[in-house]
Amino acid sequence: MRTAISALELRQPSTLDEALRMMRDEKLVPLAGTTDVYVSVNFGTLTAQRFIDLWPLDPLREIAVRGSVLSIGALASYTTIIRSPDVNARLPMLIESARQIGGAQIQNRGTLGGNIANGSPAGDTLPVLAVAEAVLVLRTIDGERRVPFSQFYTGYRASVLRPDELIVAVEFGPLEGRQWFRKVGTRAAQAISKVVMAGVRGPLPRIALGSVAATVVRLPLTERALASGTAIDDAERVLQSEIKPLDDVRSTAEYRRRVAGNLLRRFWAESA
Amino acid sequence: MRFTLNGKAANVAAHPMARLLDVLREECGLTGTKEGCGEGECGACTVLVDGEPVCACLVPFAQVADQRVVTIEGLGDGHPLQHHFLNEAGAQCGICTPGMIMVACTLPPNASLDEIRTALAGNLCRCTGYEAIYRAIAKAAEQGAARVAT
Repeated sequence: MRTAISALELRQPSTLDEALRMMRDEKLVPLAGTTDVYVSVNFGTLTAQRFIDLWPLDPLREIAVRGSVLSIGALASYTTIIRSPDVNARLPMLIESARQIGGAQIQNRGTLGGNIANGSPAGDTLPVLAVAEAVLVLRTIDGERRVPFSQFYTGYRASVLRPDELIVAVEFGPLEGRQWFRKVGTRAAQAISKVVMAGVRGPLPRIALGSVAATVVRLPLTERALASGTAIDDAERVLQSEIKPLDDVRSTAEYRRRVAGNLLRRFWAESA
Repeated sequence: MRFTLNGKAANVAAHPMARLLDVLREECGLTGTKEGCGEGECGACTVLVDGEPVCACLVPFAQVADQRVVTIEGLGDGHPLQHHFLNEAGAQCGICTPGMIMVACTLPPNASLDEIRTALAGNLCRCTGYEAIYRAIAKAAEQGAARVAT
């Protein structure tokens, strides 16, 4: 049964500072494009009752290049990202992942910050952030800190984000090498990933996979194997030792292992 | 809360977290927008907010404050898309049709089949097999008539 809306409360700040003060003073769940939260409303699985609406905070949508850093505001929607010349020029794999999230309706509302905060191991942009070695800008009313994406998640849907803190932007330094992204789901559009992978073929190859462990994972041992010229069969054996896929509603562990191995081979062949 | 609904100023008292879909259907009496899956996969509840298609079942009412909402009723009775959907048998049970048409409204004139298919990736139809829908939209697009004032 759908969640009863009448029991819910919504705080509506008009500036980021006002939002951060509310986050400090009250226990609130942030709303961005609500493409995840409202699925919980519709399925009656929502547990929180008090929310804060960040959607009107336009400054958080900004995409800008400052010096050598590309900064994407946490509220930038997938559509905004797809249309950004700066992101197209620097992070084509992020464009590729954004295009494969839902249809236009979801791309118009879903946000990069929301994908990160939701923390699903199947989040499609997350392997991209992992191989791009993105830095998350987290802010409270008292100040800002920068957390490397690799240190953000602490477990299944768990992160270092504090209850009074908001993700305000994602920063990307220069990235060398050919970028690669591939999502495998039930169909080409409108499907949640069974396995999702991003790779960068730079001086040292980087690989990250989603839906094969409790969080998105980088594969440092596989990367090292590839960098040292190990044969792809052996590199795949290393990959299999680095992932821990599960059986769930979307797929089986066995299928995910097979697909993850295939994606590694395809990445290596196509990025050569 | 104030917003623009089908080109006219609207002021509706509803819970800020009410689903836009429910406000449209129950408070505004606009039942052309349909509920399908409730998880953003089927697109049956598609409406335009500031000209962009969204799933009305996933949007809190508060988030359309001061924005322009267009529903299937906003097209009136004589829109070329409606005409071509009828002529090409682009509708069978009809539940997906309003959402399909709202997305089609956002296509550029002379949209290619590829553009049409990509735009409609978020709209599921269980009756037609899509071909008749693509034909209807392509005919409207050929005449440059798919777009509505949003």
